This record gives sequence, structure tokens and C-alpha cells, in this order.
Amino acid sequence: MARIIVVTSGKGGVGKTTSSAAIGLGLALKGHKVVLIDFDIGLRNLDLIMGCERRVVYDFVNVINGEASLNQALIKDKRVSSLSILPASQTRDKDALTKESVGKVLDELSQSYDYIICDSPAGIEAGAMMALYFADEAIVTTNPEVSSVRDSDRILGMLASRSRRAEQGLEPIKEHLLLTRYSPKRVAEGEMLSVEDVEDILSIPLLGVIPESQAVLKASNAGEPVILDTESDAGQAYQDVIERLLGETVDFRFLVAEKKGIFSRMFGG
Amino acid sequence: MALLDYFSRKKEKQVSTASKAKERLQIIVAHERNSRHKQPDYLPQLTEDILKVLRKYIKVSDESFSINLDKKDGDLNVLELNIELHDEQAS
Ligand SMILES: Nc1ncnc2c1ncn2[C@@H]1O[C@H](COP(=O)(O)OP(=O)(O)OP(=O)(O)O)[C@@H](O)[C@H]1O
Ligand SMILES: [Mg+2]
Repeated sequence: MARIIVVTSGKGGVGKTTSSAAIGLGLALKGHKVVLIDFDIGLRNLDLIMGCERRVVYDFVNVINGEASLNQALIKDKRVSSLSILPASQTRDKDALTKESVGKVLDELSQSYDYIICDSPAGIEAGAMMALYFADEAIVTTNPEVSSVRDSDRILGMLASRSRRAEQGLEPIKEHLLLTRYSPKRVAEGEMLSVEDVEDILSIPLLGVIPESQAVLKASNAGEPVILDTESDAGQAYQDVIERLLGETVDFRFLVAEKKGIFSRMFGG
Repeated sequence: MALLDYFSRKKEKQVSTASKAKERLQIIVAHERNSRHKQPDYLPQLTEDILKVLRKYIKVSDESFSINLDKKDGDLNVLELNIELHDEQAS
């Protein structure tokens, strides 16, 4: 049985796809069998971030409609053999996904994978609901900013009421807070909500804090998930997330601004 | 003097935006969580009726009145009314 994990947020552009790619690849590098599913029907971004966009032949909707088998649609990652990607389609037909058909695909994937990571579209509409419906765990991706925190709270409400686990009265979805685009310097200056502030408001366990980092753009330019950039702060922060998902206790890093050298302090850095 | 101004203004900014954001979020999130919990169907009518009675005697604005049905542990329910009175009316 696979662990089904949805990466969700409500608000758009907070780093769900970046995080899905990093976490999927990170778990696979640890030797687990992982499949990454792009639920963002019509937009399709995960394949670009993973760097496999030119190998897409069939997609999720083709599988749902019976036009291709799962094996035909799954793309094997070139870097790690235990990782596969199921791309979203670029057709606009968002209603292609039904609970029944998605459930079937997930059941089949569950037989052969350890982790199924679902990259959710933004919003709280049908697409986002479909991505979270079957989840066992949710990574609630949040930026330290009012509208993102508020949307995350709304998503928490959905997880608790609109998921399969809620409807069937099973054990609730396990929730994780992933704070992304965190800028310790701005927090120190009182311009940005701190980790503690967001934890206070959402009151769910903290899985990770990913700093605002130039490495993320470089990674997406290259189609190499940022976790491969082991020198970078964001790459290391995602690495810590993997350890925590696997049950290790790891200290949080990159929470305080780097001290400036005396020269930059004197000469207005 | 200008330098002092600069520092004090900087400090002022420190207490303001992030903590203001937190305060606003705490209020809106608490509010939205409350309305997520399904309230009984009679609650809106009850609210209206209570307000009607109250307004026979005192001035009550919509903002200074709140009604809440809370589920406590077990099967205990508490109906909570909050009415803010302004100074003149309290005495
Ligand atoms: N830690 C970070 N530091 C800097 N930039 C980041 C970080 N995380 C994400 N970004 C940038 O933010 C933008 C949005 O990221 P991403 O596509 O992962 O978000 P998303 O939540 O999947 O968006 P959507 O809701 O549209 O699917 C991208 O340009 C990405 O490069
Ligand atoms: Mg995305």
C-alpha cells in the first residue's frame, strides 16, 4: 500500500509544484518507489520542473479515458529509476477526472509504488478537491503572507470535511505545514510573518521551512528539481523535509538571516 | 535628530506590519472556522428574534452582538450570547 500525499495550498503560485518535484525526487533518491501525479489539468507544469516535458506521449486524462495504459503514460525519470511521472493533459476538459476513475488509477499505482505524490492545482474548486480526495497525508504549502495563510486554513477545512477519509469516517488526513519562500531577514525586520506566527494560526505540525532562494529559479530553468542542488539552501531545506517525512527528527535550518560581514554593514549592504 | 527619527521610525515599523498581519489572520481564521462548523437551522431566526427583543430596550448594532453555539467535550452544548453595551446604556 502506497502513502498517498497531496501537495496543496489553496492560493496559487506558492511553490506546490516546486515542492512536489523536490519531495518526489528526494524520496526516490532514498530508494523508495515514487510516482508523481500532476493534477493540474490544462496547465501541466510538473513535467517542465522535472525536465521530462519532451518525453510526454500520453497523460493522466488519456489513462482515465482508457486511451492509454498506465504503463504507456508513466514517464520513468532518467536520474532515478524508482521515480515515475504521470503528466497532466493540456486539454481544457477539467471534468475528465471523476472520483471513481481517479480512485481506480490510484489503486493500481498503490500496488507497485511506496509513495504517490499528488501535485494539486490552485484554488478550492473541483480540481483541487480531486487531488486531495484520496490523500492519506497533506503537505499544506504556505507562504508567510496573509492571503496564503488564510487559504491554507480553508484547505485544512476541506481536508477535514471533503476527503475520502472524512466521508468514510476513517482516521483523518495527516497534515503537514510546509512554509516556503521564507525570508528570515524580512522576518527580523518585522515585515514578514515568522514561522511561529504561521504555526500559531494554522496549528498543524511543521514539516519544513524552505527559504526564498535563487536556486529555485535556476533549478526550474534547468529542469532539475532543486533538491539536486545540494549546495543550495533550498536544496538542503528540502533534504531535511525528506528526512522528516521518513520519521527522522532534524533541526530546522535557515531560520535566521546570515550575519552580514563588517564591511557590508559599514558600507551599506 | 534626523538620525533619531530614522531609528524610531524603523522601530515603529518593526512592531507594525507582521504583527498586524498576524492579528488580522487570527481574527479572520477564527471567524471562518466558526462558520465552517455547521450551525443548527434555527440559529439565524433565533438571532433575529433575540435582536428584536433587545432593541425594544437598548441600542444594539450588528457588530456589538454575537451568538454562538459551541460544542464542548461530550454532549454538552453551550449557547453563548455576547452583547456589547455602550457607556450611556450600561448605567
Ligand atoms: N523557495 C523559493 N524561492 C524562490 N522562488 C520560489 C520558491 N518556491 C517557489 N518559487 C517560485 O515561485 C513560482 C511558483 O512556484 P510553483 O510553480 O512551484 O508554485 P505552485 O504553487 O505550483 O503554482 P500553481 O498554483 O500555479 O500551480 C515559481 O516561479 C517558482 O520558481
Ligand atoms: Mg503548480
